Amino acid sequence: MFPFAFEWVPEATRYVFMGSLYAVLITLIIILHYCAIRAFLDMICKKDDHNSHH
Amino acid sequence: MKEVHHKADEHHGAHKKTYKFGMVIDLDKCTGCGACMVACMAENNVPFRKDNSDRLRSNLWMRVYKISNGRPFPDLDISFIPRPCQHCEGSGHHHTPCVSVCPATATDYSHETGIVSQVYTRCFGCRYCMAACPYHVRVFNWWDPTWPKGMEKYLNPDVSVRMRGVVEKCSFCYHRYQRAKNKAYAEGRRELHENEYQTACTQACPAGAITFGDLKNPEHKVYKLKKSRYAFRLLEKLGTNPKVYYVSTRDWVRKAGDAYAGEEPKGVTHVTHA
Amino acid sequence: MNSASAPFDSALFPEGVKRCKFKWFLFWVAVVHGPLMVGVIAMLMCWGLALNVTYLNNNYPFGLWIAADLGIIALGAGAFFTGFLRYIVNIDELKNIVNYAVVIGVVCYAAAQGILGVDIGQPLRGWFIFWHANVHSMLTEVAFCITCYFSVLCIEYLPLILENRQLNKLGFFHGMAHHLHGAMPTIAAVGVFLSFFHQGSLGGVPGVLYGRPFAYREGFLVWPWTFFLFILSAIACGPCFTILCTWITEKCAGKRLVKRNVIDILAKISGRLLVLYLVLKTLDTVYWVVIAEKVGAPLSSFYANQPFGYWVLITELGILGVIPAIILLNAKARQNENILIIACILNCSGIFMNRWIMTVQALAVPVMSFDKFISYRPNWIEYASTLMFVWLGVVVIMLSYRYLPIFPQEKELNPS
Ligand code: SF4
Ligand code: SF4
Repeated sequence: MFPFAFEWVPEATRYVFMGSLYAVLITLIIILHYCAIRAFLDMICKKDDHNSHH
Repeated sequence: MKEVHHKADEHHGAHKKTYKFGMVIDLDKCTGCGACMVACMAENNVPFRKDNSDRLRSNLWMRVYKISNGRPFPDLDISFIPRPCQHCEGSGHHHTPCVSVCPATATDYSHETGIVSQVYTRCFGCRYCMAACPYHVRVFNWWDPTWPKGMEKYLNPDVSVRMRGVVEKCSFCYHRYQRAKNKAYAEGRRELHENEYQTACTQACPAGAITFGDLKNPEHKVYKLKKSRYAFRLLEKLGTNPKVYYVSTRDWVRKAGDAYAGEEPKGVTHVTHA
Repeated sequence: MNSASAPFDSALFPEGVKRCKFKWFLFWVAVVHGPLMVGVIAMLMCWGLALNVTYLNNNYPFGLWIAADLGIIALGAGAFFTGFLRYIVNIDELKNIVNYAVVIGVVCYAAAQGILGVDIGQPLRGWFIFWHANVHSMLTEVAFCITCYFSVLCIEYLPLILENRQLNKLGFFHGMAHHLHGAMPTIAAVGVFLSFFHQGSLGGVPGVLYGRPFAYREGFLVWPWTFFLFILSAIACGPCFTILCTWITEKCAGKRLVKRNVIDILAKISGRLLVLYLVLKTLDTVYWVVIAEKVGAPLSSFYANQPFGYWVLITELGILGVIPAIILLNAKARQNENILIIACILNCSGIFMNRWIMTVQALAVPVMSFDKFISYRPNWIEYASTLMFVWLGVVVIMLSYRYLPIFPQEKELNPS
C-alpha cells in the first residue's frame, strides 16, 4: 500500500496503480476542502449583504 | 511482472540454491488405497467433521479420483488419479492461475522452491483463487476446525491450524522443507539431498507410485521419470504448467487427464522460466 | 403549508410539493423493515455461524452473492453515465434526472459493498485487500475503484442532503451545496474515470481465469475483452435501470416526477449502446468459441449440463438482448410507456443474467474430464441477505424522496 512497506515491489504497474489511487483521493479531498472553505468564507464575508440578496 | 521475477531469480541464484520441486505419479502403480490422503490429513492438521462424506465441503488437500474408460465388462478398465496441488508455474504471459488473482497477496509462487504457498492469516476468504484453479485443489474452511477430545494433543506442531473462512491447499509439506533446510544449514550444507525432503504422501504410498524431488536436478529420480514418453500433466493445454506429472501406459488414461475433449495429446511441453 | 391537513413534518419537505401523511410514511417504512429484518438475521447467521449456512461449496466458491454484486454494480452504472452525459457531454435536460441517478447509485454501491462484506469468509480482514494489495489482481482494481467511487457518489449525494429545505437555511450548508454544484463536473469526471476501471475490471474478474475456458478471454494489454464488454453493457443498462426506478417511484407516489422527453433521451442512448454491445458481444462469442476449442473445450461441452443448456445463450443475447434493443431504438415504441418499461426490464435482466453466467456458470462447467457436474441454487440465507440491501435501498429512496429535492420538475408537473 505504501512505498515504505516491506512488500512494496518497485515495478511500473504498482506505481501507476497506487499513483492513480492517491491522485483520486487527493483530488476528492481537495474538492471537499475547497468547497467547505469557500462556503465558510461566504458565510462570514457575505453576512452583511445577505439581505440585499433577496 | 515477469521481468521482475526473472531478476529475482538471478538474484536468488547468486546467493541461494533454487529448486523446482515436483512430483511424478505412476498411475499404473496406484491402487487407490487412499493412504496418501490419510497421511496428508494427519501431517497437515487438515480439519474434518464427524460426517466427512460431503465431498463438496470437506477439506482434502490430496484427493484420489477414480476414473473409468466407460466400456462394458470385459473391456472395462479403471484408474485412480491422486491429485495434490499442481504447483502451477504458469507459462507465456500467464502467471500461476491462483497467485495472480489473489487480491491480498495471500498466496505466492516461491522462486526458491517452485512451491505455491498459502498465507492463512492473510487470506480473507474471497475465494477468487478457488475460481481460478481448474483442478479444484483449493478448499474453503466452511466451518471452524474442531478436533475430537484429546486429539489436539496429536496435532503436528510444525503446521498451523486454519481458522474458518480462509482457503487452504496442499503445500508440498513445506514445513518439511524448512526442517530439512535448517538441518542442512546446521551441518554447513547449502543443498538438500533427495531423501531429506519428501512429502507425507510420497512416504505413505505403499505402492511407491509417488516420486518427489527437484525437477531440475538430473540426479533426482523425478528428473528422469517426467521424461517418460508416457508422462503427461493434467489439463496440459490450458498452459498452467503444473509441476505434478503423471505416468500411465494406458492411452485412455492419458487422454482423460490431458484435456477434457479432443484429440490425442501431443505429449508434455516443458516450459521453464528458471 | 401550515394548514391543519399538512403532515407535521411538512416543514422538511422540498418547496411546494405534496407528500403523504407521516403515519402512512411510517407504515410503509415499517412494512419494508419486515423482509429487511429477515435479511439482517441471515447476515448475522453468516457472520456468527460461518458460511456453511449457505449452499455455497468448494465447486461453487462464487454464487448468488458475487453474481448479484456484479449485476447491481452494472445497474448502478446509470449514476456515473448520467453524470457523464449531464456534466461532461452537457446534455442539459438530464439535470432533471441526474439527482435520482445519484441516489440510485449510492444505494447500488452501498449494497454491493455490503454483500461483499457478507460474502467473504473473514470480513474483519476485508482491509487486507488494500493493505496487502496485489496490483495484478482484477479484484484489487475492483475493490479500490468501488470504494473510491462510492465516496464520489457520497460527495455527489451530499449537496442533495444539504439542500433540504431546513438545512439549506444555514448559511454554511447553503454555500457548501452551492460550491459542490460548481465542482460537480470535476467530481463527475473522477467518477467516470473510476467507473470505467471498475466496471471493466469486474469483467476482468472472470475474463482472466485462463484455467476456466468458459470464462477466459484474450484481450488488449492486461485487460481481457470482457473488460470492455462489461463497461459497454453497464452503460447500456444503467440508464434503463434509472428509468425503471423512476417509473416505480412515480407509480408509488402516484404522480409524474420527470418529463417524458428526459426519459426518452436516456432510453434512446441506452438503445444505441445496447446495439453496439450486442454486435461486439456476438463477435466476442464467435472468437471465444474458437479459442476455447483450441484448449480442448468445444462449445457443446459448455452447454452439456442442464440447467445450463443452449437456452442460456439464446435467452441472454436474443430475448434479453435483441428484443429490448429493437424496442429502445424505435421512437414509436419508446413513446409507449408500457412497452418502454418492458424493454427496460428485459435489458436489465439480460445484463444480470450475463453476470450470473460469467460467474456461476463459469464455475459450473467442469474443466477436468473426470470432474462431475454439480448444480447449484442459492438458499434462503443467500437470497435474504442479498435482498436485505435492496430493502435498505428502498428505505433510503423513500427518505430521500420525502425530504430532499430530488426531482426538479415535480412542482411543475404537479401544480397544486
Ligand atoms: S493446482 Fe490450483 S491451487 Fe495449485 S498452483 Fe495450480 S491453480 Fe494454484
Ligand atoms: S480466498 Fe484468500 S487466498 Fe484466495 S484469493 Fe481470496 S484472499 Fe487470496
